[in-house]
Amino acid sequence: MTATRVADPVGQTLAAPSGFLRDTLTVAGRALRAVPRDLEAVVPPVLIAIFFFVVNIATFERLTEAAAGGFDYTAFQMPTAILLGVTGVSRAPAVVLDVQNKYLDRMLLTPVRRTSILVGHMLADVAVAGALTLPIVALGFALGVRFETGLVGFVAYVAIVAFWALAFAGFGYAIALKTGNPAAVNSSFMLFFPFLFLTTSYVPRDQLTGWLDTVAGLNPVTYILAGMRSLGQQGWEWRTLGEALLAIGLVATLSMWMCFAALRGRVNQN
Amino acid sequence: MPLDNDQPPRHGLAISAQGLSRTFDANDAVRGLDLAIAPGEIYGFLGPNGAGKSTTVRMLCTLLAPTSGTAHVAGYDIVGDAQQVRLRIGAALQEISLDPRQTGTELLRLQGRFYGLKGSVIDERMRALTTLVDIGDALDRRIDTYSGGMRRRLDLAAALIHEPEVLFLDEPTTGLDPASRARVWEEVRTLNERLGMTILLTTQYLEEAGELAHRVGIINEGRLVAEGTPDELKRQVGRDIVIAEIAGDAGVARDALVHIAGVDSIDVDGDVLRISTADGAKTIGPVAIALDTAGIEFDGLSLRSTSLDDVFLELTGTGLHADAPDAHVSTNTTMEDAR
Repeated sequence: MTATRVADPVGQTLAAPSGFLRDTLTVAGRALRAVPRDLEAVVPPVLIAIFFFVVNIATFERLTEAAAGGFDYTAFQMPTAILLGVTGVSRAPAVVLDVQNKYLDRMLLTPVRRTSILVGHMLADVAVAGALTLPIVALGFALGVRFETGLVGFVAYVAIVAFWALAFAGFGYAIALKTGNPAAVNSSFMLFFPFLFLTTSYVPRDQLTGWLDTVAGLNPVTYILAGMRSLGQQGWEWRTLGEALLAIGLVATLSMWMCFAALRGRVNQN
Repeated sequence: MPLDNDQPPRHGLAISAQGLSRTFDANDAVRGLDLAIAPGEIYGFLGPNGAGKSTTVRMLCTLLAPTSGTAHVAGYDIVGDAQQVRLRIGAALQEISLDPRQTGTELLRLQGRFYGLKGSVIDERMRALTTLVDIGDALDRRIDTYSGGMRRRLDLAAALIHEPEVLFLDEPTTGLDPASRARVWEEVRTLNERLGMTILLTTQYLEEAGELAHRVGIINEGRLVAEGTPDELKRQVGRDIVIAEIAGDAGVARDALVHIAGVDSIDVDGDVLRISTADGAKTIGPVAIALDTAGIEFDGLSLRSTSLDDVFLELTGTGLHADAPDAHVSTNTTMEDAR
């Protein structure tokens, strides 16, 4: 659609329209530059994940490996530790601050694309999730974990982590944009517990019983963990990987719908 | 660099509005506003808190959709062509809109990128804005270490990074010290004179509107109640003001003055009576005599010409700062009412 101009003021602005990609990268760059100033948001989750990784191995390794010959509990635990470290880590709290200190208004006054504001933050989240994965993987390697699928499998492994982190972050952005309230954003952490603990975090699915087995079957994280474990321990199991991607896709569909609806509500000039 | 392929006519308005209205629930914040602001004009929007100034600015800046009516800014419809409007406007809103976690330099660079400026252009613009920002090395410090005045000036610089065609300044000097205020005034004049920038300035300060604006619009309860140059508006009231600071009962004093020939209206604001008259020099003597006869002691009696505050009072029946916590309740009595 061509805009219709009915007057020409005296001056001529220097501003020029820029594309979606440039807008998105600009927002992502800002979000990433803020991460080192906001280390308390990213370092503790990784430290906690490493702590549980080490403790869980020490607690369950002998028991589980004695019960099933050839079972590598360290490799089994690594995906759990990684998801524990990255789930819920996002720039959504920074978006709340932008709402509160009116910087979001300053951005909305500019021609920056509204979707780029959200997608840029999410792009930064993907990068942060990938980076947070590395120390846990490094620890896993140090403890003897190896990837059956090699370097490509490792990249796929990190990609699954990043996409999951993004899918989960959508809930935080939805709450941030809907409420502009930091306490409300923190409450999205409540979703973390059922997702991360009502699943195969500690033992394989065939060891779960009763209601927990039923709930784990409905929990998307069960399939994501299975996909990650298959890349590490079994090789290219396409069906398992497909189920992992489908699980992420289902969560992402819901969370992205919620957060983009919240974005529209925030910027639709009402 | 042209922004688009339009071949616009060289005439028209920088800002125009027809019947612009905005309702929040049951509250009509802006009611049927008509505006016609020429390119290169500084337009002062004067009114008390809650008059509808900021709501109007937020609509014209595309942050808020009108409930009804239409408006064009820089030639584009604020609803249908909002993106074109955003390319051409800059705004420093009433509440400072900065990210306190960034440095001043980072914020201005980011702002430049949002407007599609290249790095070299951003560098050039930042050098040009250094005088305005005037915070020296602090530009490389985090904004959360800045004083209120520094933040206000940085906010203004952020609005100017792309040299907008139309600039909205929503109470830009609120909270600034006199020196900073004078610097902002100077910058507003320079932007207007050097670049021909159209500026819509909202303010509660009569002095600011009088100093800067080519034309002033007075808004009250969401309606534009008067518009014109400061001189035209003063001529609309067209009276001298005799100010009596009394020590006695204001009601008795008013009754004593009501029947003096030439007195048009009496405004009582605490212990201060403002007597509106066509000829102040002729009236001040009888006022002194009438107060003395009524036994009212007065601490001061002075004569001055009409100010924008008087215009505002005349048009709205209330003082410009009547909603301020420490303001006196001001009542205006015309002679027709009193007699």
